[in-house]
This record gives sequence, structure tokens and C-alpha cells, in this order.
Amino acid sequence: MMTIEEFGKRLRAREVTAEQVTESCLQKIGADNPRLNGFILVRADDARREARERDRELAAGRDRGPLHGAPISVKDLIDMRGLATTAASRVREGHVADRDAAVIAHLRQAGAVIVGKTNLHEFAFGTTNEDSAFGPARNPYDDSRSPGGSSGGSAASVAAGMALATIGTDTGGSIRIPAAACGLVGLKPTIGEVSTDGVVPLSRTFDHVGPLTQSVADAFLVHHALLGDHIASQPAPMPLHGVRIAVLRRYFCDVLDEDVRARFEEAVARLRSAGVHVDEIEIRHADLISTIYLHISLPDAAAYHAATLDSMPDRYTPNVRLRLEMGRAILAEDYVRAMKGREVVQREIDAALAQHDALILPTLPIPAPPIGATTVDVAGKPEAVRAMMLRLTQPFNVGGHPAMSIPAGTTRSGLPVGVQLVGCRHETDALLRLALACEPHVGV
Amino acid sequence: MTIDAWLKAAMADAEARKLPELKPLLETLAKATALLRQADVNDDAKR
Repeated sequence: MMTIEEFGKRLRAREVTAEQVTESCLQKIGADNPRLNGFILVRADDARREARERDRELAAGRDRGPLHGAPISVKDLIDMRGLATTAASRVREGHVADRDAAVIAHLRQAGAVIVGKTNLHEFAFGTTNEDSAFGPARNPYDDSRSPGGSSGGSAASVAAGMALATIGTDTGGSIRIPAAACGLVGLKPTIGEVSTDGVVPLSRTFDHVGPLTQSVADAFLVHHALLGDHIASQPAPMPLHGVRIAVLRRYFCDVLDEDVRARFEEAVARLRSAGVHVDEIEIRHADLISTIYLHISLPDAAAYHAATLDSMPDRYTPNVRLRLEMGRAILAEDYVRAMKGREVVQREIDAALAQHDALILPTLPIPAPPIGATTVDVAGKPEAVRAMMLRLTQPFNVGGHPAMSIPAGTTRSGLPVGVQLVGCRHETDALLRLALACEPHVGV
Repeated sequence: MTIDAWLKAAMADAEARKLPELKPLLETLAKATALLRQADVNDDAKR
């Protein structure tokens, strides 16, 4: 499947039309979605009509920018006027959005063609996409495995060629986890950078909106469209000579699948060969991050769901309901302690970045887990799937730093592996420029 | 409120609300909360 960048070039060279490429995505959806369950809603007729309009506009000389006519998908946690935002939950039965989320308005202005709304872990409250009122989404690389989550249907839609790119949300890793599990680029920007207006919240402290794409260049284009900057031109890659990157070792590389570790070390070695200066560094309170995350995200989520937990508890999937109930038990004093801990961790990550252009670590410690697994074997020891999935991504939700996953090859059994780059807060574009330069060395 | 007192109250509440599946999760949460309270990032009125 072509990238958005390639699509744009071919569209403007009159080699393809938006209608043709949209039709190709719709045919892929028809062929593969019954197996992968990536979409909750397909806007076939509307997408065809919008693609034809974009073609007519271009023929008349109106070019909306890099996303003009590009067929993309959107996580069904994001409001589109006139459609249900199901959040993959029976709790939302009967919902109809009365306006577009801010990011949808920006995508429409940018000329994107939204082909459908994608499956997710119920209310984005999980990392595997198994708990969904619409059934689990499946990984295109191996449909007995999870595509990751919570934006699992989104990742499956792009990895299977059902859309050129997709929009996800990330509260503890829900963009980067499925990107890594499905061999895609996933960008979580700086906290607060992209509007979450019109997006069903999980934790207002940690929620982010961002793209999953087939390349770093596409991530730049879609990220800027989400910001409302839909005429952004492609940046120049950052020259790698003289770049300083720090590997996070202690805690972050303590528990890794053997193949993930191998692909990560190979990527770091290739970057070093390309002229990158590689240091090692520690985050002092790394071991405390999952505890801090838990004591903030659970009460945040419980507060949003309090009324429906009481009025319609049986409409939640059992696992999601129980995690929400946990959040109701956390005391205010412990929430405040965790917020204080968050500030400490944020300063420690800032300090690690003060002398470096980026931090580097694996995105997921394990490849995509089998659907239904609660534990996986890592280096001969059983580890809880949920803890493994969040371990390396949630630190940067706690810190609010921009972080992105880039494909870094596959395991011996052919499952994708991702490497994560983390940049300074409020410097997402600098991270994207660095990632653009690193991409050919990290991937194989 | 001590962790022990909190856990006892939370377990009783789970029992009263007919949510016995919540109990093992609360026990796990209690361990995490103990870690959070012991961490050196906390404020201390004596310092």
C-alpha cells in the first residue's frame, strides 16, 4: 500500500485519483475486515462521494494540501457529527455525536477522506483490543494474535491496507503499542499539543491524540493536519552526525523478549555506525512510574464513568468494569501523592533529555501476544501481558514527552518489533526530524 | 488512613456490592499504594 506522501505525488501527477485509491481501500475492507475486525463502521458511500469531490476540487485547481483525497480511518473514540461514537461499548448504545471533534474538523479541512471508524479496547481502557462490544480486532501479521491496543483496529486497518493512515489515542501507549505490534510508525505528541475536544476521555491527565502511519514522513503530515496546519511541507531530516541519543537501560531493558532485545541492539548499533553518539542514562524513579500511572489514570477514568457504573454496570465488559471499580477505591490522598510523583518523573526525563537530542528504548518488551493470553513467557519467566504492554510506553504519558514508535524489523517468527524515540516536551517537530533521519537505520 | 484499614473497608464494600472478583485486584492495588506511600518523592510535614 502506498504512503500518503507517495499518494500525494501520484495524485498530483494524475497517475491515480482519490476515488480509485479510496475504492481500493474499501475493497480491502470488504475482503479482510471480516477476518481482522478492524472497523466498527465503514462509511463506504460517504467516502466515495467525498473522494469524488476531492478529485473535482483538484481538477478545478483547489489543493487542500498533503492529505487532500487521502483515505484514512479514525478510532471510534472520536466524535464525527451524525455518527455514533461507540467507544466499543454497549454503554454508548444510542449515542449520536452532534458535532465533529476538533481533530475531525481539521482532517476535513485538510481534505482527508474518512473511510470508517475503527475498533478499540472498550473505552480505550486496555492494551490488547480483546474487550470490545464488537469482538476483538486481530493482527494482520498473525490473526491469532492481538494487534495491540487500545487503538488496535486502527493499526490493523493500516497494516492491512484498508486505509493509508489512521488516527488513534494514547493514554498509556495506545498509539505506540499497536504501531509496534503491527509494524507501523506511531506518534504520541507532547501532552496538550493536539486537541482532545470531542474525544471520549480515559484519563484527562494523560490522554493524547496522534497518528499511526506507514512512515515517519506521513506521521509528520498527519500530525500537522491534526494541529490544523494542513499545508505543512515536509521537514528536512536532522543530520545524524553529532546527534546525541541516550539508551535507557536499567528498568527499561531489564525484561525483554530475546528477539526484541536483538532487534533493539542492532538498531542502536546501526545508529552508532551512522554517526550518532550513543550514551546510557537512568531515570531514577523508573520503578515507580507504573504505580504513579495507576493512581492517576484509574481515578480519572472512574470519575468519568461513575454514573454509568451505577446505572448500567452490566453493559461494560467484565474486565473493564472491574478496573474502573478499582479506580473508585483509590483515596484522594494517594491521587495527590501520585501527582507529586508525576512531577518528579517529568523532571527526571527532562534532565535526561537536557544533554541529549532523544532517548531510545524498545516500544514493546514482547511481540504481539496471542489473543486471550493473560501471561507470556519472557526469558523463561511468566509475565502479565498488561504490565508488559504498558511498561515502556506509559512513562512518557506520565512525563508528557513526545514519543514515537518506528518499525525495527521482525522476530524470527515474523512478528513486528518497534523502537521508541522520545523527545523534549513541546519539541515534537524536532523529534519527527530526528526520527526521519533514524528511520532507514532503525528499520531493515 | 492506613493501607490495612483502607483495604479492609474496600474489601467489605466489594463484598456488599456483590463484586467478589474485585477483591484480588484490590489486594494488588494495596501493594502498589504501599509502594507509592513509601517512595521518597512524597511530602512530609515533619521535614
